[in-house]
Amino acid sequence: MKRTALHDQHVALDAKMVDFGGWRMPVQYGSILDEAKRVREQVGLFDLGHMGRVRITGPDAVALCDRVCTNHVAKIPVGAIRYSLFCKEDGFPIDDLLVYKDEHEVFLVINASNTAVDLEWLNQHSAGFDAEVIDETDLTSMLAVQGPNSLELMDRLIEGDAIRELKYYRSTFVDAFGLENIRVSRTGYTGENGFELYLPLDEGPRVWEHLLQGGADAGLAPIGLGARDSLRLEAGMPLYGHEIDEQHDPIAADLEFGIALTEAKGDFIGRSALEHMKANRTHKVVGLVTDGPRVPRQGQGVYDTSLAVGTIASGAKSTTLSKNIATAHVPLEYAEPGTQLDVDFRGKRQAATVTELPFYSRTRKKKSS
Amino acid sequence: MRPNDRKYTKSHEWVMIDGDVAKIGITDFAVNELCNGNEGDLVYCDLPDVGRLVDAGETFGEIESVKAVADLNTPVGGEILEINSEIEEHLQVLFTDPWKGGWMIKVKVSDAKVVEDLMDAGAYEEHIAAAEH
Repeated sequence: MKRTALHDQHVALDAKMVDFGGWRMPVQYGSILDEAKRVREQVGLFDLGHMGRVRITGPDAVALCDRVCTNHVAKIPVGAIRYSLFCKEDGFPIDDLLVYKDEHEVFLVINASNTAVDLEWLNQHSAGFDAEVIDETDLTSMLAVQGPNSLELMDRLIEGDAIRELKYYRSTFVDAFGLENIRVSRTGYTGENGFELYLPLDEGPRVWEHLLQGGADAGLAPIGLGARDSLRLEAGMPLYGHEIDEQHDPIAADLEFGIALTEAKGDFIGRSALEHMKANRTHKVVGLVTDGPRVPRQGQGVYDTSLAVGTIASGAKSTTLSKNIATAHVPLEYAEPGTQLDVDFRGKRQAATVTELPFYSRTRKKKSS
Repeated sequence: MRPNDRKYTKSHEWVMIDGDVAKIGITDFAVNELCNGNEGDLVYCDLPDVGRLVDAGETFGEIESVKAVADLNTPVGGEILEINSEIEEHLQVLFTDPWKGGWMIKVKVSDAKVVEDLMDAGAYEEHIAAAEH
């Protein structure tokens, strides 16, 4: 198992450590429910050192990315970030990712568990492109600060106007924490306002401590992967291996905002399959709110009375909604909000209602479907 | 030291024999593994119907925390005589009082001798020490 630069910090904080995507990671420092609540109401600090970080350089960096990514990388303005997927020719994804468009290169943030597969995929398809794929995962630390107090806190800890001027899904480079030219971005996987910091590997622990001290009065405390998972599920964000994988396509998961099927985008790996999926849609990833105390888990069956109609993709106890929530893969005819279904808990059924995603929106603005 | 008036399984249940009745629960270690010291993270405990017949080693229920589900296994076979319905209402009893108030089921034992092969408190301590490393 790999360890992030923050490993000793987690152990000193008495975190419960688990194996996740090839890394020893903190699943919780205290109560998962309390940690989730803190991110919704105050602000939390995350070690994301396990996420894959890859730089694509060279004259054909953008062209290579447009071959392997579903989104239109050439069209992303410099300084902006977009959601994308890597799909195979059959349209099923091998991963999803964020694409950072820099002035002369492209920076990709990918899932820990898929980093090796993604790097192989990128290298395999880089033939003919004058581009270099550089894995920076082991050279950098990645931290995230997420929650309603994050803007005020980061603005206070980083000199100048950079934080105030940084728009949602944008990145920039700042001098901060005694370091020059570090990347800061404003995305997140919690549904809250938040920021990511990319640091030289060995600076991670010092900046982590600096943030915790400087952020204590804003309510900043470390948050583990357990709360991160329930927060992203509340926010309706997919997790590779759950809502999407090599058997579950991104069209069914309503991820078309990350798939450019425009003429300008041109051909890319998986394009024709994705066009076919879009025109012949059969399934949808729906939200479920369940009755009763049990938390739905991936793989449980979803039933319409005695008929098996789908499978749970993710489940969590939602602190924000005070309910148990889930996503499930179901045929379109069961996707209408309000549809009554049952979730099977080893032979015992619990009623569930199809609910529009996301379960939670910071701006209270529902995505139109 | 955990109470030595009962026996322990490798999967962290305890069993206390009184005549031909076995009282079964789970250890503080099992509870902590599930909720990491936060009783509020326990969400559900599924117990069997009274009258059900179980074999030694059989799963009789499940206990669930925010992040995980664990099987509850009975170390002895027999008929379920009684379940602790207090647990359904107050899951935290498993956290605050795993040895007495947190008992889960009573089983009319068909063969009480099987518990002789289980661990005593000392052996269980060693088992946990090994599991933690």
